[in-house]
Amino acid sequence: MPSFTKLTAIAAPLPLANVDTDKIIPARFLKTIARSGLGKNLFDTLRFNPDGSENPDFVLNREPYRHAQILLAHENFGCGSSREHAPWSLLDFGITCVIATSFADIFYNNCFKNFILPVTLSREQVDALMGDAANGANARLSIDLERQVVVRPSGEEFAFEIDPFRKHLLLNGLDDIGQTLQHATAIDAFEKKREAQQSWIPKVVV
Amino acid sequence: MRTLFDKIWDSHVVEKLPDGTCILYIDRHLVHEVTSPQAFEGLRLAGRKMRRTDATIAVVDHNIPTSDRKAGIAEPESRLQIETLEKNVKEFGVPYFPVLDPRQGIVHVVGPEQGISLPGFTIVCGDSHTSTHGAMGALAFGIGTSEVEHVLATQTLLQKPARNMLVRVDGTLPLGVTAKDVILAIIGKIGTNGGTGHVIEFAGEAIRSLDMAGRLTVCNMAIEAGARAGLIAPDETTFAYIKGRPFAPQGEAFDHAVAYWRTLASDEGAHYDKIVVLNAADIAPMVTWGTNPESVAPITGVVPDPADVADPAARVQMERMLSYMDLQPGQKLDQVPIDVVFIGSCTNARIEDLRAAAAIAAGRHVAPGVRALVVPGSGLIKAQAEAEGIARTLMNAGFEWREAGCSMCLGMNPDKLTPGQRCASTSNRNFEGRQGPGGRTHLLSPAMAAAAAVAGRLVDVREYL
Repeated sequence: MPSFTKLTAIAAPLPLANVDTDKIIPARFLKTIARSGLGKNLFDTLRFNPDGSENPDFVLNREPYRHAQILLAHENFGCGSSREHAPWSLLDFGITCVIATSFADIFYNNCFKNFILPVTLSREQVDALMGDAANGANARLSIDLERQVVVRPSGEEFAFEIDPFRKHLLLNGLDDIGQTLQHATAIDAFEKKREAQQSWIPKVVV
Repeated sequence: MRTLFDKIWDSHVVEKLPDGTCILYIDRHLVHEVTSPQAFEGLRLAGRKMRRTDATIAVVDHNIPTSDRKAGIAEPESRLQIETLEKNVKEFGVPYFPVLDPRQGIVHVVGPEQGISLPGFTIVCGDSHTSTHGAMGALAFGIGTSEVEHVLATQTLLQKPARNMLVRVDGTLPLGVTAKDVILAIIGKIGTNGGTGHVIEFAGEAIRSLDMAGRLTVCNMAIEAGARAGLIAPDETTFAYIKGRPFAPQGEAFDHAVAYWRTLASDEGAHYDKIVVLNAADIAPMVTWGTNPESVAPITGVVPDPADVADPAARVQMERMLSYMDLQPGQKLDQVPIDVVFIGSCTNARIEDLRAAAAIAAGRHVAPGVRALVVPGSGLIKAQAEAEGIARTLMNAGFEWREAGCSMCLGMNPDKLTPGQRCASTSNRNFEGRQGPGGRTHLLSPAMAAAAAVAGRLVDVREYL
């Protein structure tokens, strides 16, 4: 399994709020039955002109941001649909960390399942990092999950919060279905008790 | 003293892990073709079994064409996704309503319609609009594909409790104001992330007086306010709606269920982390002007001016929205011409929605040059509308009458906008390109959409009452 421990990489600034999942990957690209190969459609409408050529103004079409592994954005990143194709397309492009002022709940959850680290910082901190990122390849950011810090090129550190259980799964590359199945006895017992106490609950049979 | 959310949550905690994360039991899992293929594949690769096929139901909705389906599905990628679902439900033994079954429809319409979604349940689906089922008094929320796989394998999810938020709408709704206008007004007030981290319980006289279709519309768009889920306490309206539905408890079991459901309402004095109050009398028919659902105004209003916005980033974003939508600051909303009208989606494709549209369309005609589609939420709703004469009324007025599915809400099937087209839509998202690349969406109620079709522009439905 993959994991997330430390990352030092180029960060791409995307100074937008409410970046919705249709922007990250439009619905017409959800017809796949695979998890991989979606990077080419990441931010499709922003990245490409209607004729399919690259939009030279979009950050991920410019050097060195084509190689970005960190994305910086403003509030409510990933709002909208529950499509996991959004984190899959980020991951397939090479982005494994998104730093924003806030995230939509489902997207935030989906990131962890794919070993993408979503980091929430204040608007001032994100804007400072966007300033760093504007310096391109000379201004790599570092993320240390164990210590829960983002390190600026100047050496200044921004601490971030993260749920301890999720941190544990990311650091150790653990599959959460495997974790839950260790509690199978408790699930069995719960199910038995629920069936006895709420015997009215029908079964779905067609 | 506990809220409705607290009660449902507490009764589904299998185990609380040391850091507070809970293993939460899931009563109903709804599955569709877009977000499930990789989950079934994951089970297969790990050699895992499905835990509870008898708590699961599958339908196709997102990809399905809304023209005649007897000849099969022309588009190869859509066909593959649907065939993959059919292969998976067969291999794993999942209950399924096939494409040509009259019970097929939009998953969030089918669940309540069949009595599969019930009060006090935890309900999940790989779709953000799972919040819809909260109208039944169930804790219902959207999940990603990895979590779909987690539920298939374990019938549980790893979750931390949300915070409680109360949105109360006091008083009586004025004439011409519907559930859709209420939820758009709420999102306009609290913003697209106003509910983030919270479960919103909708309450107050205006919510209580809504029928189930209206309540489903309100909870459907709780996600557009960023909420994890929307909830409405089950009451006599809910029980009457459920009674006799095919997958609901029957006879004595139904009585036992109702006795339990009556205990679910929030206790007097229960704590909410956030409370928002709206006055029903202040709500007018609403329409969105921008590219997120909080960019909304009464139909009597005008397009806002970015120059009035203090925060530079927000001003740039508003300018971008107006440029995408091709609208001018100060432009009157009821003078905006439209090309397409879409009446459908998990927000507004129930029989009550179609009746409201037909009531406006009756004896009138769609304006020249406007294409108007009506897409019922399920095969059963389509049949009912045909039996009631609603379908005939709409067709006589020049509306297209289609088969059930998600359709132009997200343009995964052939129903989509072409670049630059402007659509009055009863769906839930007005994001850039949502209904097709370059398409422009104005969200509104079914009655407002029907009025827009007739007028050829956005218009105040109250002129047609």
